[in-house]
Amino acid sequence: MQTCVNVVETMVPCLVQGGVDPGLAQFISILLGVVLVSAFPLVLVILLIWVERKIAARVQDRIGPNRVGPWGILQNVADAVKLIIKEDITPAGADRLVYNAAPIIAMLSVILIWAVVPFSPVHIGVDLDIGVLYFTAVSSIGTLAIMMAGWSSNNKYALLGAFRVVAQLLSYEVPFVLTLLVPVMLAGSMSTQDIVWGQVGMWYIVVAPISALIFYIANLGETGRAPFDLIEAESELVAGYNIEYSGMKFGLFMANEFMHAFTANLLFAVVFLGGWWGPGATEIPFLGFLYLMIKTTIVYIPSLILRATIPRLRVDQMISFNWKVLVPISILNVVVMALLIKIVQVAGIAPAPGETDFLAHLPMTVVLLLGNVGIGAGVVTVLRNAGRRDRMEAQDLVLEPNDEKSLSVTVAH
Amino acid sequence: MLELNAQSIAFFIFSVLVLGGAIGVVTSRNLIHGALYLIVSLFGGAGFFVLLSAPFLAAVQVLVYIGAIAILIIFAVMLTRSMTQLRELVNAQWWLSAIVGIALFVLLAVAVILPVWGVDGTNPNQPVSDDIATIQDLGVALVDGNQYVLPFEVASLLLTAAMIGAIFIARDTSVDMDD
Repeated sequence: MQTCVNVVETMVPCLVQGGVDPGLAQFISILLGVVLVSAFPLVLVILLIWVERKIAARVQDRIGPNRVGPWGILQNVADAVKLIIKEDITPAGADRLVYNAAPIIAMLSVILIWAVVPFSPVHIGVDLDIGVLYFTAVSSIGTLAIMMAGWSSNNKYALLGAFRVVAQLLSYEVPFVLTLLVPVMLAGSMSTQDIVWGQVGMWYIVVAPISALIFYIANLGETGRAPFDLIEAESELVAGYNIEYSGMKFGLFMANEFMHAFTANLLFAVVFLGGWWGPGATEIPFLGFLYLMIKTTIVYIPSLILRATIPRLRVDQMISFNWKVLVPISILNVVVMALLIKIVQVAGIAPAPGETDFLAHLPMTVVLLLGNVGIGAGVVTVLRNAGRRDRMEAQDLVLEPNDEKSLSVTVAH
Repeated sequence: MLELNAQSIAFFIFSVLVLGGAIGVVTSRNLIHGALYLIVSLFGGAGFFVLLSAPFLAAVQVLVYIGAIAILIIFAVMLTRSMTQLRELVNAQWWLSAIVGIALFVLLAVAVILPVWGVDGTNPNQPVSDDIATIQDLGVALVDGNQYVLPFEVASLLLTAAMIGAIFIARDTSVDMDD
């Protein structure tokens, strides 16, 4: 049994000393941890929305929120208060139970991911053996929440949004899971903490840049943000699945979207950018937390700029891009990487597990990087040829409208 | 024999989820509600896997059954709006399903529960196997020639055949008439 030093570091022994039942003390300590881990993203999201609005404003040559608090930083607190005191409307013909449960489940699916995010060498909600699989499984529940919202609203636009959700989120889950296999193979473990430890010598974004790129794109698709925000395309569906929601229930969906985007980038930082790893992170855990947040911000800001600058894709373009480009590349990538990792291990140039020296990782990194360059070159060539063929066909159709062949093609289409 | 600890409370909660969800599936007239109850039931099943120290199976249960299959069921139900509201809870084949259900229950009770519990419940806590398998064990077992490589290959062949069949059925036939 530990001894009681202070309430913050050794809470359980302190509570037991104070006359609390040991089991109950354990329970209280775990409960506090859960509350802390799940409250953090909820507070963070207020700041995230402000950051996003500021950046979108800069891209569009505006100033953005600037009235409430310094630089408008408290604008979202005011917005949250507004959302809470707004009237909560349930549309006629809505399925009440499902309608009310949907925003809560959506929120849950994102907050549960934070349980396996390693903030520092010692601070992690729970270091699951199957961490990577866990967050994939949990985030798939988000799909369900959006479908429930779309169906129960009794609104055709919401239902259309829900239909698109299935097409989009399930499709983008395929490259998402396939590319995650590469870091898992490199680390030899599915635990998020082990994946960070595996990157101590070399970040996986250097070892497997193609996986990182596909993971980033699939993440954008999974979070349903522009250019993949088809599920709530304003110009087509008014607002998509959340059209009937008002007040704080809408607020939950909105907060969920921002939180999911940040969480996705957080996972990117954990899986490809070395997580909490940085100089001195093992001695001072807080530094690790800081490194993780800085790395996440570095990948998060470009996704905001992307959202503000790139127009929305069409549904068919988005789906065919996934199935005809992302999925084949990620399958090829997994096969080639598995082969190369095995070759490196057999050749004996793989670093020993737990090796922290940068130089020890260099041979394997060079081999895998060359493999990635090979895949990249092949993919670019194939894509360029396909693009050229498409352009030629389009040109033929325009130039020779009376040609028999092109006419029959036009009719067939 | 039955002590009240965190594990038994969790078992109780998951049992309620599984059984309540299953009852909801067969009694709700709204097919979407039925599918949602099915998800609740599957979720309870995932909880049981966690209690049995098989977190991998729990995650796969959530990912495959809830994240993919249940959602596809809901999707299919949504597309057939006329079928969403059922007027009758049972159809003409209720006796057949009852026989199958009872037969399955008896089979499970005799083949699984009885050997583990013993005839009079004398060895309630005896595990089926002493091994606690990790994901590594699972992975090796699937490709090891002495273990499950043949079932694994047969299953993948079956899935490939199913996939080809699905692609063939879903193919747009009007396009190949022109080619």
